[in-house]
Amino acid sequence: MSQTIAIIDYGMGNLRSVKNALQYAAPNARVIVTAKPHQISSADRIVFPGQGAARECMGAIAQHQLSAIIRQTATEKPFLGICMGLQVLLTHSAENCGTPLLNLHSGQVKRFEPTTPDVKIPHMGWNQVNIVQDHPLWAGIKTGSRFYFVHSYYTQPNDPALISATTEYSLTFTAAIATSTLFACQFHPEKSADTGLQLLRNFVSWQPTH
Amino acid sequence: MLAKRIIPCLDVDQGRVVKGVKFIDIRDAGDPVEIARRYNTEGADEITFLDITASSDQRETLVPVIEKVAAEVFIPLTVGGGIRSLEDIRRMLNAGADKVAINTAAIFKPTLVQQAAERFGSQCIVVAIDAKQVDKHWEIFTHGGRKATGIDAIEWADRMATYGAGEILLTSMDQDGTKAGFDNQLTQRITTAVSIPVIASGGVGNLQHLADGIQQGGADAVLAASIFHFGTYHIAQAKQFLADQGIPVRL
Repeated sequence: MSQTIAIIDYGMGNLRSVKNALQYAAPNARVIVTAKPHQISSADRIVFPGQGAARECMGAIAQHQLSAIIRQTATEKPFLGICMGLQVLLTHSAENCGTPLLNLHSGQVKRFEPTTPDVKIPHMGWNQVNIVQDHPLWAGIKTGSRFYFVHSYYTQPNDPALISATTEYSLTFTAAIATSTLFACQFHPEKSADTGLQLLRNFVSWQPTH
Repeated sequence: MLAKRIIPCLDVDQGRVVKGVKFIDIRDAGDPVEIARRYNTEGADEITFLDITASSDQRETLVPVIEKVAAEVFIPLTVGGGIRSLEDIRRMLNAGADKVAINTAAIFKPTLVQQAAERFGSQCIVVAIDAKQVDKHWEIFTHGGRKATGIDAIEWADRMATYGAGEILLTSMDQDGTKAGFDNQLTQRITTAVSIPVIASGGVGNLQHLADGIQQGGADAVLAASIFHFGTYHIAQAKQFLADQGIPVRL
């Protein structure tokens, strides 16, 4: 039977690219875009995307009553967070004069502070991702490969063991975190050409071992 | 290190690419989907579609094009030309565009940029600036460089960044079509004036021009149409050329 991949839709941004890329990476999968907790909990895999400002994202998660289902599925099923879907997993963001986040993992979200004029904000474009911890989602991807980023804030998890990859942009920041069931990245695999598709293919075939 | 981006631009008229070259492995040089696929394979970092359809009632023709490209080309896609309202932006983003370039409408209604950035996020709002040198400064022009506005290009770029633009697409109307290179002095003035990324455009005739736009102009990305359309250079070739000069690129 074909698997179902649920993309959590909480009204923050356009999910078409994420859906297109997942469907391309997993032609036989049923890819659904949904905010319904029962559809999310019955899916085989969860993708948690997101763009926009932290406060609005948290507001939308609350409004759709998705907090509990995100917490639950992130520890039970293969779970992929993308961009804002990484940031909101931590404790607190400096965005919007300070925003409390979901706190699945303790840590802070901070704004890039340009050290020199050539450091443009947002950090936009293709940057190198240095793999610091092996993970099934990196299969076939070399350390130093370039992925597409667009963001002004970066994450700083308290537990260094969570960090799966880092990137340099005026400082070294977290490009991805991983646990036994969760992988969340700051970059956009759905916009990162073949390398991004490889990561998505790895995600759709990932069998976490608890 | 963050790579400098190479962005091929496709001029699209009523859903068809104009000025396209007959690539050997492309059956239909006018098909935007085939050309986008080809540029993606060659290593384009993003693709920009500029809608040059004259009559607004035929603008809808671009929507299915973007839908088809977005279903199989997984790099950022930007759409410009004739974007006048929040509804136009929403339609393009829903079709699969990642960014929308606003040009003339920003000049007539600067608050559109503010509203668009608030509604859709700065990351998808590009402000396109067509500038021409007038005496000692650069002025914004509309209608393909025919109408002067009296607005100073550098002040305008700064204002647009303050209004929430995520990126500036800067075209020198003096250089556009000349194949003599970007206006690097203009690019340099804009890149130092704003803290958001700047794409240089207008005038590329060879690969050294791309390098100059980055090294002399300080551009974060370079956009070119004809050198890629007419097959003068491949994107992969352009990237190798930049890499050989020590410019970080995605190879």
